[in-house]
Amino acid sequence: MASVKLIGVSASPFVNRVQIALNLKSINYEFLQETFGAKSELLLKSNPVHKKVPVFIHDDKPICESLIIVQYIDELWTSGPSILPSDPYDRAIARFWGAYIDDKCFPSLVELRKAKGEEERLAAVDKLAAMLVLLEEYFINCSSTTGNGNFFGGDSIGYVDIALGCFLGWFKASEKLFDVKVLDIAKTPRLVEWAERFCSDDAVKNVIPETEKLMEFAKRNLMK
Amino acid sequence: MSDEVILLSTWPSMFGMRVQIALAEKGVEFEFREEDLTNKSQLLLEMNPIHKKIPVLIHNGKPVCESLVAVQYVEEFWKDKSPLLPSDPYQRAQARFWADYVDKKIYDAGRRIWATKGEDQEVAKKDFTDCLKVLEGALGDKPYFGGEEFGYVDVALVPFYSWFYAYETCGNFSIQAECPKFIAWAKRCMERESVAKSLPDPHKVYGFVLELKKRVGI
Repeated sequence: MASVKLIGVSASPFVNRVQIALNLKSINYEFLQETFGAKSELLLKSNPVHKKVPVFIHDDKPICESLIIVQYIDELWTSGPSILPSDPYDRAIARFWGAYIDDKCFPSLVELRKAKGEEERLAAVDKLAAMLVLLEEYFINCSSTTGNGNFFGGDSIGYVDIALGCFLGWFKASEKLFDVKVLDIAKTPRLVEWAERFCSDDAVKNVIPETEKLMEFAKRNLMK
Repeated sequence: MSDEVILLSTWPSMFGMRVQIALAEKGVEFEFREEDLTNKSQLLLEMNPIHKKIPVLIHNGKPVCESLVAVQYVEEFWKDKSPLLPSDPYQRAQARFWADYVDKKIYDAGRRIWATKGEDQEVAKKDFTDCLKVLEGALGDKPYFGGEEFGYVDVALVPFYSWFYAYETCGNFSIQAECPKFIAWAKRCMERESVAKSLPDPHKVYGFVLELKKRVGI
């Protein structure tokens, strides 16, 4: 049987995406924990172009970029629940939102972390809020057309759920670290409910590290 | 019932060209609508309210935004003709990886060549040719990025070739001299009708870049 390995850091939301996808498909894998700040030989060899995690190694063949890995997992292990929808147009919309989240979310979280003073902090929070408001609209749209409206993907976790949900730990950590509101029930009530459902799902619950752990990670590695 | 396919784009846009090539490969008739980006049409603003950018592919009234998302859509909807992605999931992942690399690196590096001068421009030229060399490595000895057949990565990348004359002239350097394998690949792609008819005349692109430079004050 082919070996399944994931090179990653548990604090990385991008790595968490892959873990969630593997859990959805009930695939066992070996997690090769990288030390933050000291890249292993294997990582550098497997991802020479970007030298970043996550790197998925299936049968000794590396695959890089989290959403590309998620699509690979979805296409290869077809017996589990589908992560992307089957209709080409629905897939295009899911991919659009995946790309949008990738474009906006992480850079805004970094901006928030690096912000000097109230004004810069609020500017970063506004960017996150604007992104989440649009995603709330998309969520409401999805819910009215697919299944019971529990997830962007319908009845079960899908591509956009994974793309966005992986950041929920860092949203909570950022709220505590910087005394701001990221996921706000006043602005995006449906997403707040969705977040709770997502985080308590079997495929997710042991993946995203606890808020305290992420805060510790941030203080130790990111905020110097 | 026949499909109504409209592409909102601008003639110099490499991103629009990607979609044009994909549609041509699939033999899909479409209407190209030129947008004036200083005066965006109501249709563009409606079909892409989030980014308000081109290209937008509109298929029977439904918009698909982001060029690579649109190319994958064209690939999946018109799946019975000229596949652009391989059937093997690992090869598909590799194709997506390299198209993503093009998105992350090439546009920005190319832009900095015409939009800067002096030391900044020298850095831009080096960054650009370094990226092309990485791509040459990925191409290896294959005729196309996917192997024997023209495919997804070729579609994602070849439109930039129409801007090479502009980059070379603005930067006063020869891409051929630095990356001959890349140029050989590009010329091979240009032999395909879908590519030849989708890419504009490089001299026309250079004229457009001169206008852009005036506008940004370089």
